[in-house]
Amino acid sequence: MEKKRNMQSKELICTACPIGCRLTVFQDEKSENWFRVEGNSCKRGINYAIAEMTDPRRILTSTVKVTNSHYKRLPVRTREAIPKHLIFSCMNEINRIEVITPVRMGDILIDNIASSGIPLIASRNLE
Amino acid sequence: MLNYELVVIGGGPAGLAAAIEARKNGVQNILVLERDLELGGILQQCIHNGFGLHIFKEELTGPEYAQRFINELLEMDIEYKTDTMVLDISEIKTITAVNKQDGLIQISANAIILAMGCRERTRGAIRIPGTRPAGVFTAGTAQRFINIEGYMVGRRIVILGSGDIGLIMARRLTLEGAKVLAVAELMPYSSGLTRNIVQCLHDYDIPLLLSHTVTDIRGKDRVTGVTISKVDQNLKPIPGSEKEYQCDTLLLSVGLIPENELSLQANIKLDPRTGGPIVNESMETSVEGIFACGNVVHVHDLVDYVTEEAQKAGAGAADYIFEEITEKIPAVPIVPQEGVNYIIPQNIRIDNLNGFLDLMLRVTSVYRNAKICVRADEKTIKEVKRPHLSPGEMERVRLNSNIMKTIRPKTISLYIDGEKTQYAI
Repeated sequence: MEKKRNMQSKELICTACPIGCRLTVFQDEKSENWFRVEGNSCKRGINYAIAEMTDPRRILTSTVKVTNSHYKRLPVRTREAIPKHLIFSCMNEINRIEVITPVRMGDILIDNIASSGIPLIASRNLE
Repeated sequence: MLNYELVVIGGGPAGLAAAIEARKNGVQNILVLERDLELGGILQQCIHNGFGLHIFKEELTGPEYAQRFINELLEMDIEYKTDTMVLDISEIKTITAVNKQDGLIQISANAIILAMGCRERTRGAIRIPGTRPAGVFTAGTAQRFINIEGYMVGRRIVILGSGDIGLIMARRLTLEGAKVLAVAELMPYSSGLTRNIVQCLHDYDIPLLLSHTVTDIRGKDRVTGVTISKVDQNLKPIPGSEKEYQCDTLLLSVGLIPENELSLQANIKLDPRTGGPIVNESMETSVEGIFACGNVVHVHDLVDYVTEEAQKAGAGAADYIFEEITEKIPAVPIVPQEGVNYIIPQNIRIDNLNGFLDLMLRVTSVYRNAKICVRADEKTIKEVKRPHLSPGEMERVRLNSNIMKTIRPKTISLYIDGEKTQYAI
């Protein structure tokens, strides 16, 4: 949960494993990574928290319009995780395109979505 | 009448993996029957990522996961019929099915694998009061409308139930421009994966109301609003806690039920705890030569485990066809005790064990610093430490077959030793 307690700390739930440790991340210039993490029960919690603070990323999945198939939508994904703040810009681009079948799983549909450097690909074959 | 060595009912992840595994084990004459227009089952509408972490060590989307198995099935030239509905199965392994090409068909099989999956509980199953307007969907139906059919289900949404499908749909609807007002959960904890709570709710600031339920649905033609009430420790709504939500859509993610109408027609015994067939070490049901795997047996949280279970059923069916399993020997019951809700398989025939035997189980409440303990007759023979156990997460305990063959217990039981705790989220 990203409730800001104050300017210097943030609360997160770790998703590295199912335990879901409640982490508190403090900005701390004295520590090695500029952040100090509390509440973690293993090292993965620290890595998770720092990634969430510095460069949170997510794989985005959605669908695009298909005109000539028995189904109306083709499922798509970003090939790798994109920065979280680009999710809605990506959705705008995804909503603008149409695909003509046949499509193969892995086909690139948008080269560089929302200038993320990451392509949008088809996630199934569709005839 | 058509004849096959093996007929697999259902072409979702369980049916696909079972058919492939049976072929790998030498069964030549296999037919997969699927009622949808294509193979892949519900995975085709689960367009989000997170599938395959255990089996492929990568994060696939549902369609990608399905495609890998569909490709393998096609490469193996395994026969299948889509758009085909199975109407009946008999105890003597005759299947009646219908489709547009063949009309009504009868198929005789040496072995059958049931892989029909599960279906969603509906409004009727949880008896929400109120009017009966349009705009009340199960989460999976809404998922199919949006991801396959290309219809948006609504604009202002309330979701009841915080299982994974409910959480996934909260995110999906938000991405498609809807406003998800809240996800209400009857229990004081979510049965969804932690990752989904963070990535589907917290990422989009969607409130999760634990210990809350929908107590009224309003609207004449279309939903105009719902009432959400807090519930007490006995899960009863607390008078005075009602809060009104103006919305046009209510999604229900309130549980899944194994789909066993066909199993009952074949006189297969069901386990009241799972709602699915009672199975043995080979995933064989109480009717000889009829096997079952996947969500028709018990509802899984990871498709990876469905695949593994299906492979066991596929191998079991192959062994049955080639008479490599001993049928008529007494089975040892595996009994859930303190803290354990159910265990799959429910019984084992020790002489048929080979290598390892995986027991899948669910616990009854949330535990910290716990041990899953295995008792053979009166003696505890194995303890597996788990820092965290939750009813939402299926657990697996691995037994060594050689040890079972040495001890030869009359019963095996599983129990949890640990501190019950308040909930993680």
